[in-house]
Amino acid sequence: MSMVETTRPLTQAYKDALVHLLLVLADDDLAFGHRSSQWLGLAPDLEEDIAFSSIAQDEIGHAAFFYRLVSDLAGEDADALAFARPTQVRKNARLLEQQNGDWAYTIARAYVYNIFEQVRLEALLASNYLPLQQGATKILREERYHRLHMETWFLRLAEAGGEARFRLETAVEHVWADLSDLFTLGNHQHDLIHEGILPTTEQALYEAWLTEVKPMFDRSSLYWPGNRGELTSEDLSGATTAKVDGSTSEEERNGRLGQHSEHLDELLQTMTEVYRSEAGATW
Amino acid sequence: MAESRTETKLLDRVREALRDVKDPEIPTLSLEELGMVRKIDVEGNHVSVRLLPTFVGCPAVELIRGMVAKRILEIEDVQDVEVTFVMDVAWTSDMITHGGRRKLSEFGIAPPPRQFSPKSAPSCPYCGAEDTNVVSLFGPTACRAVYYCKSCQQPFEGMKFV
Repeated sequence: MSMVETTRPLTQAYKDALVHLLLVLADDDLAFGHRSSQWLGLAPDLEEDIAFSSIAQDEIGHAAFFYRLVSDLAGEDADALAFARPTQVRKNARLLEQQNGDWAYTIARAYVYNIFEQVRLEALLASNYLPLQQGATKILREERYHRLHMETWFLRLAEAGGEARFRLETAVEHVWADLSDLFTLGNHQHDLIHEGILPTTEQALYEAWLTEVKPMFDRSSLYWPGNRGELTSEDLSGATTAKVDGSTSEEERNGRLGQHSEHLDELLQTMTEVYRSEAGATW
Repeated sequence: MAESRTETKLLDRVREALRDVKDPEIPTLSLEELGMVRKIDVEGNHVSVRLLPTFVGCPAVELIRGMVAKRILEIEDVQDVEVTFVMDVAWTSDMITHGGRRKLSEFGIAPPPRQFSPKSAPSCPYCGAEDTNVVSLFGPTACRAVYYCKSCQQPFEGMKFV
């Protein structure tokens, strides 16, 4: 490759941490994009059919971009990375694999994730891996439409009162139950910072997210679900060392470490059905 | 790098040929008018074209790559061509040329606003009226939104600011 893509030597440690982060980014967007696409034909109105399909297309496009960066580094086929990896090596946050539930859950989850995406992409503007930094610059320009859309709906449901607000409050509770691993970076946090790939901490990402989300709850006098999301650094390091064994409770499981719910199996079954019917075919 | 005269001539012909390659969805608008052509290099009879994607997830990217390669290979003296999409600068809707904005309007698509102004609608590309509404910020493609003209009572599309 002719371009200089990083100022750091491309050591094994650098490459391992980078590939891990790219798969986190890609798997998050793919899971969220697929769930968004499932509203096609079912959304409350025609505009939302279009909005969620358009958002799904953007997100899956962003996932494809991150998979291509992995492919450039590790030589693996981008489609195979998206469609042929088993559940236990997927790195998406558990929140994003959950089924869509009702409209309120969809909006609450999408709002929370969109703010997190923005915070994470802003941190990536300082990445020393040039293709990633350039991609983040471009993707941020697109994402603000998603964010605006989810904010508008979040406030609309909160301020509507009645069943809409009740459903949103219930949705927020469910979202918070699966929130903790969203902010974690798996086993590579140290290298990601040390190598300058993602020069920020899990705690800083969480706090930047909090600064955006908390005022939204205050504005609509929504009950702040509190400490479940308020991770201490101890919680965070604990989460990244959680063991894969029978004793790990649902809430302690960490998607970044491949610990997923049955919902990801169901998602992958549906999403990869065509791919598996004739692996390697060009469609 | 010093270019030979033949290379400079070939570069001009490549640039000319690229004007024939249109957006697959807006057949009056060339890639150049959309501001997608980042760089053209000619070395001997090898051509390299670098393009900017309008949206990262634009599904037309591979189609466009093929269209560009096919058109450039039609030029006599071109032996091979490499078409790559780059993001060393982010494509923005401000890169659409003046002529490109006019052609968008003629095609019935309002040109993009000059800033992020999601709550206001552009004037109607059909009748020019300014009495317009935002219908949906998401349209038939990633780069377009849907509006409504209250004067001629027509829905219309507009390019988004990105």
